[in-house]
Amino acid sequence: MGPARQLRQQVISGECSAEEILNQTLEAVTRHNSRLHAFLRIDEAQARQQARQIDDRRGRGAALGLLAGVPIAIKDNICTRWGLTTCGSRILADYRSPFDAHVIERLLAADAVLVGKTNLDEFAMGSSTENSAFGPSRNPWNPDYVPGGSSGGSAAAVSAGLVPLALGSETGGSVRQPASFCNLTGLKPSYGRVSRYGLVAFGSSLDQIGPFATDVADLALLLQVIAGRDSRDSTSVELPVPDYVAELEQPLDRLRIGVAAEYFGDGLDSQVRNAVEQAIREYEKWGAEIVEVSIPHLRYAIACYYLVCTAEASSNLARFDGVHYGHRTAERGDIIQLYSRSRAEGFGAEVKRRIMLGTYALSSGYYDAYYLKTLKVRRLLKEDFDRAFARVDVLISPTSPVPPFRFGERLADPLAMYLADIYTAATNLAGICGISIPCGFTSQGLPIGLQLQAAAFNEARLLRIARAYQQHTSHHTRRPELPR
Amino acid sequence: MSEQIAATQVEHIARLARLALTHEELTRYGEELGHILAYIEQLNEVNTEGVEPLAHPLAVHNVWRVDEPQPSLDAQQALQNSPATDGRYFLVPKVLEHYDAS
Repeated sequence: MGPARQLRQQVISGECSAEEILNQTLEAVTRHNSRLHAFLRIDEAQARQQARQIDDRRGRGAALGLLAGVPIAIKDNICTRWGLTTCGSRILADYRSPFDAHVIERLLAADAVLVGKTNLDEFAMGSSTENSAFGPSRNPWNPDYVPGGSSGGSAAAVSAGLVPLALGSETGGSVRQPASFCNLTGLKPSYGRVSRYGLVAFGSSLDQIGPFATDVADLALLLQVIAGRDSRDSTSVELPVPDYVAELEQPLDRLRIGVAAEYFGDGLDSQVRNAVEQAIREYEKWGAEIVEVSIPHLRYAIACYYLVCTAEASSNLARFDGVHYGHRTAERGDIIQLYSRSRAEGFGAEVKRRIMLGTYALSSGYYDAYYLKTLKVRRLLKEDFDRAFARVDVLISPTSPVPPFRFGERLADPLAMYLADIYTAATNLAGICGISIPCGFTSQGLPIGLQLQAAAFNEARLLRIARAYQQHTSHHTRRPELPR
Repeated sequence: MSEQIAATQVEHIARLARLALTHEELTRYGEELGHILAYIEQLNEVNTEGVEPLAHPLAVHNVWRVDEPQPSLDAQQALQNSPATDGRYFLVPKVLEHYDAS
């Protein structure tokens, strides 16, 4: 399947109908999804109705939207009025949202065709999709390896060519890390750029919905559709939305790229290091000035992140109580037992672990020592980024310290899994934007991702800088070989 | 490097979190939380004297909207996902006679 911008042109010109494109997608899903488990469910009736309606409107000469006829996959923690929204959890296995998320309304208004909902680590808590209650997704580049997480199903769907675009969500790297593992372009927008209305909350001061695409040009198109103020999310900002697509074509002058040694420390895989250092040399060759900067508090980012996100999660997930929605225990007892048993039966191990940690951090006697202390370190970390972005346009680094890992490799030790977020979590803590783009492959043929981060609401320049790399290189054009 | 969290404390946290954990889970989470908290303790190396806590990356505060009624979910939609209703209300076991503030 071609890029989204090309499919849109084909639909608008009449070269191809939205329904024909949908049929191609459904065929590819039939062929590959049982092996990859990228989609949890396909909503064929809904998708076909949308596609036919788009074709009808074209037939009547109506103007079509920015994503006319483009099939898109949606992470299953984003609410849709049709089908289910499970969050990869047993506790929401039958949940039907009575409303659409803001981004879903935007996609429908832009004439995208919403194909189905994709797999994720339960409640977006994880880095591999191994925490999904419905089984993991597989990496299209090698099915023995994880696709990354938590938005691993969305990444696998785009990487395998089932759809050209997908939405994921980020709390500490859940779009960028799977993009890196699956050779995709994935963005964590600035906090407040995209409305969180209808995104099931995990860490409310960290969460953002983010797009996946095969290149920056397609990603800009999707960001254009979903960005902007929504009164139902009071943390979505009033700032005007630039024309991301048009701005991609603007020339890049006086480009300053920051390199912080903290992103190249112990624990960085040597093949990842080599690929990223090569990318830095290439930017330099194309005329960028490479500037040494420092993010001294980055070494505390994981400690800070796992305290903040679990504290917020323990509060957000209190709503799953077996009363208003979701699983209810069959055992009889009083109301407290009903809550406690329903939650114990419905949540998986990682979700319980994080609720426990967050409850501990917020509990009486520990609040000052843990939670408040963490928020102070969070400010120091944000100030590190402010100082760096006063001197440079973007920070360049690896997205993940390691290439894709095998199933089970990191499950035994939760802390080892958490440390995989070392280069991405700080972006969310500081509220800035970050993108992962393909920059090479390991000797085993697994993708390596390059991360670029920019100051809050500088997505337009971030995308241009990422696009410059893709205009000079071809890593992003490589696709995995899938069995016939 | 890490000390296990006392079993009574793990039970207390589980009760606050409304999670009916098994003995195996209590033991395992006690160990794992001890481990993770030992890692988190490194935050104490940082001098944060005089630093304001940052709860939120945006400098926005109270965001008000006009105080006018707006459409919201009707009762049927609000109840549609509940495991037990009588068509008008959510049903739960009797609350008052078992009330326990812990």
